[in-house]
Amino acid sequence: MTGNTNKNTGSHPFIELKDLSKHFGDFVAVDTVNLQIGRGELFSILGASGCGKTTLLRMMAGFETPTSGRIFIDGVDVTDQAPYQRPVNMMFQSYAIFPHMTVEKNVAYGLEKDRVSKGEIKTRVSEILELVQLTRFSKRKPNQLSGGERQRVALARALVKRPKVLLLDEPLAALDKKLREHTQFELMNIQDELGITFVVVTHDQEEAMILSSRIAVMEKGRFEQVGTPKEVYEYPDNRFVADFIGTINMFEGTVETAGDGSISVASDEAGAPLTGLTDRIMENGVKVCIAVRPEKIFISQHEPENQEDTCLPGVVEDLGYFGNLSLYRIRLDSGKIVQVSAQNRRRSAERFLEWDDRVFISWPPRSAIVLTE
Amino acid sequence: MSAGTDKGRDMLWQRFTVAIPYIWLLIFFLAPFAIILKISTADPIIAQPPFTPTFDDGGALLATADNYKFLLTDKLYIITYLKSVSMAATATILCLLLGFPMAYGIARAGSAARSILLLLVILPFWISFLLRVYAWMGLLNNHGVINNFLMWLGIIDAPLQLIYTDFAIYIGLVYSYLPFMILPLYAILERMDLDLVDAALDLGARPSQAFWDVTWPLARPGVIAGCLLVFIPAMGEYVIPYLLGGPEALMIGRVLFDEFFVNRDWPLASSVAIVLLMMLVVPIVFLQRSQAKDAGGAA
Ligand SMILES: Nc1ncnc2c1ncn2[C@@H]1O[C@H](COP(=O)(O)OP(=O)(O)OP(=O)(O)O)[C@@H](O)[C@H]1O
Ligand SMILES: [Mg+2]
Repeated sequence: MTGNTNKNTGSHPFIELKDLSKHFGDFVAVDTVNLQIGRGELFSILGASGCGKTTLLRMMAGFETPTSGRIFIDGVDVTDQAPYQRPVNMMFQSYAIFPHMTVEKNVAYGLEKDRVSKGEIKTRVSEILELVQLTRFSKRKPNQLSGGERQRVALARALVKRPKVLLLDEPLAALDKKLREHTQFELMNIQDELGITFVVVTHDQEEAMILSSRIAVMEKGRFEQVGTPKEVYEYPDNRFVADFIGTINMFEGTVETAGDGSISVASDEAGAPLTGLTDRIMENGVKVCIAVRPEKIFISQHEPENQEDTCLPGVVEDLGYFGNLSLYRIRLDSGKIVQVSAQNRRRSAERFLEWDDRVFISWPPRSAIVLTE
Repeated sequence: MSAGTDKGRDMLWQRFTVAIPYIWLLIFFLAPFAIILKISTADPIIAQPPFTPTFDDGGALLATADNYKFLLTDKLYIITYLKSVSMAATATILCLLLGFPMAYGIARAGSAARSILLLLVILPFWISFLLRVYAWMGLLNNHGVINNFLMWLGIIDAPLQLIYTDFAIYIGLVYSYLPFMILPLYAILERMDLDLVDAALDLGARPSQAFWDVTWPLARPGVIAGCLLVFIPAMGEYVIPYLLGGPEALMIGRVLFDEFFVNRDWPLASSVAIVLLMMLVVPIVFLQRSQAKDAGGAA
């Protein structure tokens, strides 16, 4: 699941954003963002539409002047540098391929502006077109290409300059599922091969999980959490991240007893005390949320023996068969719906569970996420 | 059965609507063109109408090419044509130089400012063209607003000769036709993807390089349209040289008028018109070819 994790992250950060903000009039598009990205990382910025991802990227590329804050790349303050001075290339959300130039010309453009010699331009362009498998199309105009081919032209055009940092704004959004999966791995290979630091913007969390060494979850211009895909999935910092990444069941409640690294939470939604593990010191009566992922929950028709586990009775409200797994919606006595997923390990003629079956759902305390924010 | 006739009627209607522009062109362009062409091959006579018929009573062809021969050998006419081309071309270039930055500015302005600026461009059309040219006469006159103002400032002692000069014609042409340059340029610049310019900057282009590499070539159809919309009417312009230009301001529109109404030499005037038309049609066809080739290469 985790891609290339934090390899050769140097001692000092390669990209550093300090208190970066962007206001459009009264509207705050990016709100005091602080971030450090290591050399060679494949870093993803994940967030819903309109949360400020493109604006953040455009500030890094130099198209948007920050309202406040500084940007450092490889130790150099680039905040006041023009786009053409920055060691950064961007792949635009719209691809922004020059419609009046052939594929070849598009890719060569950046090198021509750098006054690279004709011979070298030729070899580098054909190398990069080879890499993105576009050699056949080098003489075509952009409107003679499919969406996926155009996306690869945009990628090649940004890569051919061998920037220190490549910014990719929703690079795969226009592709169908198959092609997207294929290209994801292609991107990871290219990144691996060239050792360029990638900053990828996406609103597709699966894509972010697969691609990245680390992910920043963004909401309303702020970073809610920065961490490895595993961290943001298994150890979300707050309710927003827990809810945004994947599916999760959340039980609101108050701390009843606390101590010894574990707490017991009274929750009307659950109808029974919930146990959670936490390092934090919590006082009784504090409002908390216990969150559990669907795949961490066991489901059975008999009450489980293990007294440590949290166990809640309910009724099968709905179930769905997805081949490799089954999804259940369980209605607790409180009326709360809990989502549970189970692997279909066995092949059986009849379904294991049916509608309206009385069941018990349970999970060990270590599977429960304790959220206070 | 009835559905069939309905369908047939629909088809007929469809054909008719498609044909409307052609019918329009046929009646209002081709027919007058044929008449003018016919007159241009006649000789002038003092009669009603003031030209010889194309065929005599016996049916023999009387048409001559004398008028054209005369036009193409008389230095005066050749000079007038060339002068018209050069004045129209200069006015077109001036319009482009003024209009491009204006169109660019309007296209990049905020949406509120944009509609006001566009309105300002179109506003002069609310007033009659003739009135606006007369207004310029008032401004450029020896005792007009501009001269009086300059004298009041003490910059000049005697009035400058502004009116009845080529300078005044250029002012009139540029002033009158500037909106025809701005509007097509605005239309194309406004819908241009700004990311393209950003992409050029991102790839290492200076802002000026990004302009010449991306903005200019993509704005080319607008530039061509604007130039044609200015050049064609400027070439045949009659009112502006007549009212603002000096007596020696030889623009072909004025010569045409004089031949028709002063000399009453309809055949010669017609041939002047035909030659003018040919001079305009040839570059237009040429430009359309090159544009079609561009589009074809891109499609
Ligand atoms: N030039 C601008 N002027 C005013 N508001 C802007 C401008 N650019 C962006 N915004 C606003 O800032 C917010 C963030 O925009 P941004 O393009 O960064 O979103 P995004 O996260 O990239 O969204 P998406 O996933 O849809 O691309 C949006 O609400 C947008 O309307
Ligand atoms: Mg965006």
